[in-house]
Amino acid sequence: MIVNGKEIDFPDAISISELLRGLNLNCDKIVVEVNMEFISREQYSSVLLNQEDVVEIISFVGGG
Amino acid sequence: MEIFLNENSLTVDEGITAYEIRNKVHKDADVVILNGFMIKEDNILQANDRLTLIKKGAVPDREELEALLIARHTPGVFQKVKKARVGIAGLGGLGSNVAISLARTGVGKLLLVDFDVVEPSNLNRQQYFISHLGRFKTDALKEIISQINPFIDIETKQIFLDPSNIEDCFKHMDIIVEAFDSPECKANLVNTILSKFPDKYIVAASGMAGYFSSNTITTKRMMGNLYLVGDEVSAAQPGCGLMAPRVSIAASHQANTVLRLILGEKDI
Repeated sequence: MIVNGKEIDFPDAISISELLRGLNLNCDKIVVEVNMEFISREQYSSVLLNQEDVVEIISFVGGG
Repeated sequence: MEIFLNENSLTVDEGITAYEIRNKVHKDADVVILNGFMIKEDNILQANDRLTLIKKGAVPDREELEALLIARHTPGVFQKVKKARVGIAGLGGLGSNVAISLARTGVGKLLLVDFDVVEPSNLNRQQYFISHLGRFKTDALKEIISQINPFIDIETKQIFLDPSNIEDCFKHMDIIVEAFDSPECKANLVNTILSKFPDKYIVAASGMAGYFSSNTITTKRMMGNLYLVGDEVSAAQPGCGLMAPRVSIAASHQANTVLRLILGEKDI
């Protein structure tokens, strides 16, 4: 699947939670979209991803 | 034909010029602004032109002041921004700059939200003064804006925003500006707004620390109604501070995005 513009190899039907763990990303600092649709935090464990999905993860950095 | 002189309707003869009106109405005016542009040569007026005459040094009454404040605006902008309601979450380097920029533009309603007080390390990039040290940022910023544009309806809330109170806080706003410092607070706000208010716009920022190139700070349209400003990588951290130039570049990206959204321009 495509994550932030890069092709990444992950097993089929993994959840967003598993993908985030695999990418070592902190759930508290991110916003996730799949195929241009916003995914709420409550859906991270239930939404399953497959090879065709395009995932964008915004990882906020501090400062303001 | 009809024109607008200092925002008031006026019927004039066709072919009349800007300077002819000045000489008749306000002979000592030294600033003549036609449709947002300060003119140095006379112009023949067209129907619906907006002409503003200003005498330098004179303090206008309240009614006239509002018309003069927007004389350099692009015509038509003020009438739209006056109806807009914008919430600003966090009043630090981003939020204080965004609020002042939108106040200068004449955005009708601003909701300013911050729990904290002004302290000395804020002054390297935030729009406060020594005299504000120790005061709530909400109160200090409201005072500053009242000295810039007293026609803005300002509401303040001294609260720490978290997922339990974000929805109630911003339910009456059209556009929300994410202007926090901490990445967790940024993510909390953006996730909550996108979940609870899919029709509202949110303009967030990530990555404006340091003195890296100005040109790496961009505005992107993300999912739904989310716009993201910044270079997305330059975090504030030990060894990499936050300074006025880059923070205010990001804040101005945010403010211009808000202005464009109010005016119906959804593309970046």
